Amino acid sequence: MDVLMLSRLQFAAATFFHFLFVPLTLGLSILIAIMETKYVRTGDEDYRRMAKFWGKIFLVNFAVGVVTGITLEFQFGTNWSRYSRYVGDIFGSLLAIEATLAFFLESTFLAVWAFSWNRLSPRFHAVCIWLVAFASNLSALWILIANSWMQHPVGYVLRNGRAEMQDFLAVVTQRFAIQQFIHTVSGAYILAGFVVMGISAYHLLRRQNTTFFTKSFRLALGFALIFSVVEIVQGDLHGAEVAKIQPTKLAALESIWETEAGAPMYLFLIPDPGREKNLMEFGRIPKGLSMLAYRDPNAVVKGLKDFPKNDRPPVTLTFVAFRVMVGLGFLFVLLTVVGWFKRKNLEASPGYLKLMLYAIPLPYIALQCGWIVAEVGRQPWIVYGLMRTSDAVSPIAASQVWVSLVAFILVYSLLGAVAYYLIAKFAKQGPEPAPAVANAGEVS
Amino acid sequence: MLPIIWFILWGVLWAVYFMLDGFDLGMGTLMPFLAKDETDRRVIYRALGPFWDGNEVWLITAGGVTFAAFPTTYAVMFSGLYSALMLILFALILRGVSIAFRGHVDNPRWQRVWDTGFFLGSFLPGLLLGVAFANLFKGLPIDADGIYQGTLFTLLNPYGLAGGILFVLLFIVHGSLWLAVKSHGDLHLRAGRLAAKTWPVLLIMAVLFLLATMRWTSLFDNYAARPVLLLIPVVAVAALIAMRAFIHRAQWWRAWFASALTIVGITLFGVVGLFPDLLKSSLNPAYSLTVFNSSSSPLTLKIMLGVALVFVPLVIAYQIWVHFLFKDKVQPEDLAEETGY
Repeated sequence: MDVLMLSRLQFAAATFFHFLFVPLTLGLSILIAIMETKYVRTGDEDYRRMAKFWGKIFLVNFAVGVVTGITLEFQFGTNWSRYSRYVGDIFGSLLAIEATLAFFLESTFLAVWAFSWNRLSPRFHAVCIWLVAFASNLSALWILIANSWMQHPVGYVLRNGRAEMQDFLAVVTQRFAIQQFIHTVSGAYILAGFVVMGISAYHLLRRQNTTFFTKSFRLALGFALIFSVVEIVQGDLHGAEVAKIQPTKLAALESIWETEAGAPMYLFLIPDPGREKNLMEFGRIPKGLSMLAYRDPNAVVKGLKDFPKNDRPPVTLTFVAFRVMVGLGFLFVLLTVVGWFKRKNLEASPGYLKLMLYAIPLPYIALQCGWIVAEVGRQPWIVYGLMRTSDAVSPIAASQVWVSLVAFILVYSLLGAVAYYLIAKFAKQGPEPAPAVANAGEVS
Repeated sequence: MLPIIWFILWGVLWAVYFMLDGFDLGMGTLMPFLAKDETDRRVIYRALGPFWDGNEVWLITAGGVTFAAFPTTYAVMFSGLYSALMLILFALILRGVSIAFRGHVDNPRWQRVWDTGFFLGSFLPGLLLGVAFANLFKGLPIDADGIYQGTLFTLLNPYGLAGGILFVLLFIVHGSLWLAVKSHGDLHLRAGRLAAKTWPVLLIMAVLFLLATMRWTSLFDNYAARPVLLLIPVVAVAALIAMRAFIHRAQWWRAWFASALTIVGITLFGVVGLFPDLLKSSLNPAYSLTVFNSSSSPLTLKIMLGVALVFVPLVIAYQIWVHFLFKDKVQPEDLAEETGY
């Protein structure tokens, strides 16, 4: 393999792993902040124990998210130096702003939160976790602004042999960035909700700490329900935006080979990129794609065959990832709506609880698929329409990248195993015992 | 003018990173030699617990600013130093998870594993960052196309290694002083003694490094041209000597501040000597990447400066507040309530 392929694999492995941990921190920080706020408001000790219990899981997650984030920032330089030189004026500044505005705040106040249960007033302690929640989501915003610029470069001018900033506000406020931010964090909130529901279901099935886990489950259920619905509505808008600005991605998402007015949509199909057609198509919705993508039943959808071969993304991977993501998105709505009707008497529905326990991996899969759609679907471009991935890689020896790629896979596998061992251990252990004398109303 | 301001800020960011994370890295390096039992080790972890992560963000910001303000330098430097950087990153991963995971399982073998990780993850970044910076001061074999014509072993030349050893010694002293500030009793005494014993070695190494810098680098050219700049190395040396006096009088906070000033002084001494180069080519000065030929556009530098002027003081303010919140020595009850972050 050459440096290009090795570097792509390495970046894919590193981002994939990073994003196994980051989404939970985005959503769980908010849930913990809500729990602690309820504790401050009501004095109910259960909420304090909830914040502590979920906080432990949060901290393990956060630690892995942090250490794997640094390698991503530095990999732009180590493996994608031509990219870094070409777009650093814009892309680099967005990363630097992220660190200055968000990451300092997040890291500093999380440490304060973890170590000051007995040092700060409950109110101030809750403020700390709100700051963490705010900062981690702010961090996501800047990273997604940077990624959106790779998807849809705006506000730049080509000068001095590189892309230079021309309109900072255009970069920061472009529609695509806002869409991608809402889409990604909603997914992360769904994931956090499902993790909390799944772990709670585990304990409810065993009838342990039932009040504690019923409260946790219901809080997470409301959260996941809202954002599952938001995700579907917003996902439709986001898809229409992709159709407008990334026609090659749209064609790959639906595996459309021929240009057609009033293009149909198929519920199932099997792409056959070798012969530039689909092996089989099934469940035709007439004019469905034209309607979804362009809000016009007779709109022309450009097929893959009308793009030069070297401008097309890998079709099968993009297509499958998209279908899995969308399918799971609808499933999340279904599961949370069913949960809503059962919320008053969860323990009476062991079947549903079991389902929710085993559903924990699903949002993880959906989020990874989402990133495959975004990143693989953007190929062969690293910056859509502006720079090819093959032009972006560093002029370095393949042997170096082999060594680091193997090291990444080994270290990260080990790290993942340890992290999930700890998370499972804490999850099964359950919360600390309730204080012997319940002193509701008193909050110190 | 903007590129020059950013060059100064770039140097200051690295100096602040070394000053802050230096005590974490130092404590990790000295722990196997200083800690006698589990309580000692837990005090050491607790002494950096609330701070290390916030300290590490200065590294991320220094990296981010290199990317944002001098993208060409970022590209050439990071790809050129590929293997060294990867080693530093893996070591920092190891350190981070060692600190985070160690306290989660109450089992001596589990803890031994992460203690080893904590040591390696602290010692290696200190050493390698020193090696890397010494090589930056000396110049790297960068060709006309900005391609690094060397290997990992090119960096392990005598001057590079001297820089690595100097950094490790600086951090050991810095970490032992921090521990002396933060601990009680026997551990406190041993930490103070370690600082006192390491100081002469540090002095010798600092003198050797200075001589080697005269012999093998052109850093002193800038100082010859503008003697007023000599104030920087003079302050560094004065701080180093003052540190000895404070250690002798058992004034640990002051000794720590003197150590901090030494680290900042030495870093800035090198960075100012580099100017206007960011990445000096040892093959041909014309290939060097400078403040002027590798910087971002004026607009980007202006935006970034606005962001830095508003938010960096804010960061400094809340990080200082954290130090006040955890200003006490580590107490037994702190170890009891430890949440293991």
